[in-house]
Amino acid sequence: MQFTFTEEQEQFRDMVRRFALEQSPASTVRRLMATDEGFEPALWEQLSRQLGLTALRIPEPYGGSGFSAVELGIVMEEFGRTLLCAPYFSSAVLSTEVILAAGTETDRSALLPGLADGSRRAAFAFTEVSGSRAVDEIDTRATTDGNGRWQVSGSKRFVIDGHTADCLIVTARADDDVGLFLVEDDAGGLLRRPLVTMDATRKLADVDFDGTPAIRIGGPGDCREQIEAALDAASVALAGEMIGGAQTLLDSAVAYAKMRVQFGRTIGSFQAIKHKCADMLLDVESARSAVYAAAGAAAGNHPEAPALACLAKAAASEAYVRTAAETIQIHGGIGFTWENDTHLWFKRAKSSEVLLGDPTWHREKLMQRWGY
Amino acid sequence: MNDPEDLRQSVTDWLEENWDPDAKLVEWRSKLVDSGWGMPTWPERWYGRGLSGEQAAAVLDVFAEAGAVGVASGGPGRLAAVTILEHGTDAQKEKYLRRILTGEDLWCQLFSEPGSGSDLAGATTRADRIDDGWRINGQKVWNTSAHHARYGLLVARTDWDLPKHQGLSYFLLDMDQEGVNVKQLKQMNGHASFNEVFFTDAFIPHGEMLGQEGDGWKVAMTTLANERRMADVLRNASSGERRGSIYEEVRRENEVLMAPYTWYPQRAGRVDLLVKRAQETGRIQDPVVRQEIAKVLIMARSAEWTAKRARAAQQQGRPQGPEGSLGKLAASNVARAAAQAHTLITGADALLSGEQSAENGIIAEILVSVPAISIAGGTDEIQRNIIAERVLGMEKEPRFDQGPFRDVRRN
Ligand SMILES: Cc1cc2nc3c(=O)[nH]c(=O)nc-3n(C[C@H](O)[C@H](O)[C@H](O)COP(=O)(O)OP(=O)(O)OC[C@H]3O[C@@H](n4cnc5c(N)ncnc54)[C@H](O)[C@@H]3O)c2cc1C
Repeated sequence: MQFTFTEEQEQFRDMVRRFALEQSPASTVRRLMATDEGFEPALWEQLSRQLGLTALRIPEPYGGSGFSAVELGIVMEEFGRTLLCAPYFSSAVLSTEVILAAGTETDRSALLPGLADGSRRAAFAFTEVSGSRAVDEIDTRATTDGNGRWQVSGSKRFVIDGHTADCLIVTARADDDVGLFLVEDDAGGLLRRPLVTMDATRKLADVDFDGTPAIRIGGPGDCREQIEAALDAASVALAGEMIGGAQTLLDSAVAYAKMRVQFGRTIGSFQAIKHKCADMLLDVESARSAVYAAAGAAAGNHPEAPALACLAKAAASEAYVRTAAETIQIHGGIGFTWENDTHLWFKRAKSSEVLLGDPTWHREKLMQRWGY
Repeated sequence: MNDPEDLRQSVTDWLEENWDPDAKLVEWRSKLVDSGWGMPTWPERWYGRGLSGEQAAAVLDVFAEAGAVGVASGGPGRLAAVTILEHGTDAQKEKYLRRILTGEDLWCQLFSEPGSGSDLAGATTRADRIDDGWRINGQKVWNTSAHHARYGLLVARTDWDLPKHQGLSYFLLDMDQEGVNVKQLKQMNGHASFNEVFFTDAFIPHGEMLGQEGDGWKVAMTTLANERRMADVLRNASSGERRGSIYEEVRRENEVLMAPYTWYPQRAGRVDLLVKRAQETGRIQDPVVRQEIAKVLIMARSAEWTAKRARAAQQQGRPQGPEGSLGKLAASNVARAAAQAHTLITGADALLSGEQSAENGIIAEILVSVPAISIAGGTDEIQRNIIAERVLGMEKEPRFDQGPFRDVRRN
């Protein structure tokens, strides 16, 4: 496993960090979170066509650059720092990973080049009305007329960027198998409703399918394992985003504690605050270690990689949520205002904690994957 | 020697020629010390080979594969060795280093006092200059190994008119003299690994000051920084089923010397036993127990990885990030959480102690040993102060202990 970054990876991180800091100041985040779409096409163009970040994980034959979970983790961490608003996680992570995991040669050739250059944005619809990410609890159905034409019926909830994507990749039951189905945004019987989200920087939609025409991807046969693998990859990426966000919170808490004066001294000179900050640092660095270990394991196809995906997601979730709560506390009254930026990260922490399985779910899965 | 394979080969060759499982322990270690393979990262002039940490790890690997016994490198002796190596005169290095590494001399750390523990700079043990050296009077406490140590690392006050940090000096004290009186202290876990040490006109010749007069604080920082990083005393203790009379000697060394420290693994929480115990008791089925075990294992693994990140950065010659300062606090958290999880797994049996209790008393011992880890070598609170002030750069607290030490309020 890899515990440091190469020179090239460090340069790549610098580049992404500069981009995110320039393009995603809090004022932009606030402007975009107030819109229905939650992102700007111009920024999407820039990060896909100019910087090639959407192509990161896609192999070269399909127009990508063939990088690993480590580089993806770097992008997610840096985007997480600034809450950069773009359908990156839905399209370049979730959808891309599921096609990488399950797609046939035909699917890859048809879908990946568009995702790589950002000309198409996909969303992955895998969560059922029950709210579960478990692949064994899928009620959405797919039926075929026997001539390769499929129809999907059912409902998916909490689909990230589901209302703005050009196409949806849907998990559905076909007889006993769980398969993957591609639905275009203009397909008949498709109803997409944006949801009002607590974390307005992450847009979600409910999607209903009523005999909606679809193309099967991933070939015949059961895709549960591949879906799991894609969700694991996405969990590690999301955990990377989370430590990026947690780091921003820690930085802002420490900066405020060094500046704010009460009782004739900075609040950072009070041990109650000092010790909170030391604990936050330990929390964030521990989660960071877990995330880097998980990304390294995934990149190296280490046998422990699936277990470490759960470990990293659980660790990052706990650290992010705790750091967010403490950062508000350290800011005092101003931390509870809308004007102060802390709540943007607080809400992202909470939404990320729940997304793809909460820490309790991941800890149980971790124990199972370790064989306990 | 830059090629790792060449390095391994040199070590293998040397071992083939020199390693003898039936040698006398001290004779073997003498040879090892002279060869430089015993302390590979040390300078060549002083029993080392000037290798990097990464290269040293490879050397240790070859030793482990061959089952070759290493230098005596645990506990306070290690602290003495690194402190003397950094601050000692050639004469001091000549006199002490070799016998530490061969295991002939044991050391102890005489820092804490009844009136000053965290506040080491508040020491009131006095060193008064006399013709041929220094006369020592006062008391130290909680000093691990003092009851069988030949020498002590002593911080004492040589000037009462200077501010507290400036009036201290650091001495190498011969424990084998009339003016030094050691009394073992029984700990809450029933063991007695630390002591009280009383000085009544004890004597230290001039040549045994480490650094200059007034350098005590600076030199002590070297000792403390290494203590925070120090590996467990028992690391090299088990030499398994290997054959040869030297292993007998190592076993005897361990039995006698390590007896007071058999509880050391328990103070770290015995994370390694959690799943085994849960499986044996059937508690592994309980979702709450599973959650608690997972939490501890996540913390413990993350702490290991954090240490690896710190080492990797060091080996690449990059500046270490905050990850280098967090290990001790992380270890406390892991130990406490593990003790809690062990009790949860053990249920009512946690009421028992000794041989009747779970795992031959080990589980009970975990519970009553873990409190040491957040106190010894700098308390958790002190660690948090250090992290906040030195790593995060937060403002120091107002001080009430400036000015001449004789006017400072104390116990
Ligand atoms: C198992 C064990 C082995 C030891 N071995 C040795 C040894 O070999 N040699 C040696 O010299 N000593 C040794 N010690 C002593 C140890 O270093 C001290 O106990 C420790 O530094 C704390 O000092 P104290 O006991 O005086 O507690 P105090 O310093 O009185 O602390 C009491 C409480 O106050 C808190 N506190 C103190 N100052 C501050 C502050 N500035 N900010 C916030 N909180 C504060 C502490 O965290 C603690 O909770 C050992 C201790 C143990 C438990």
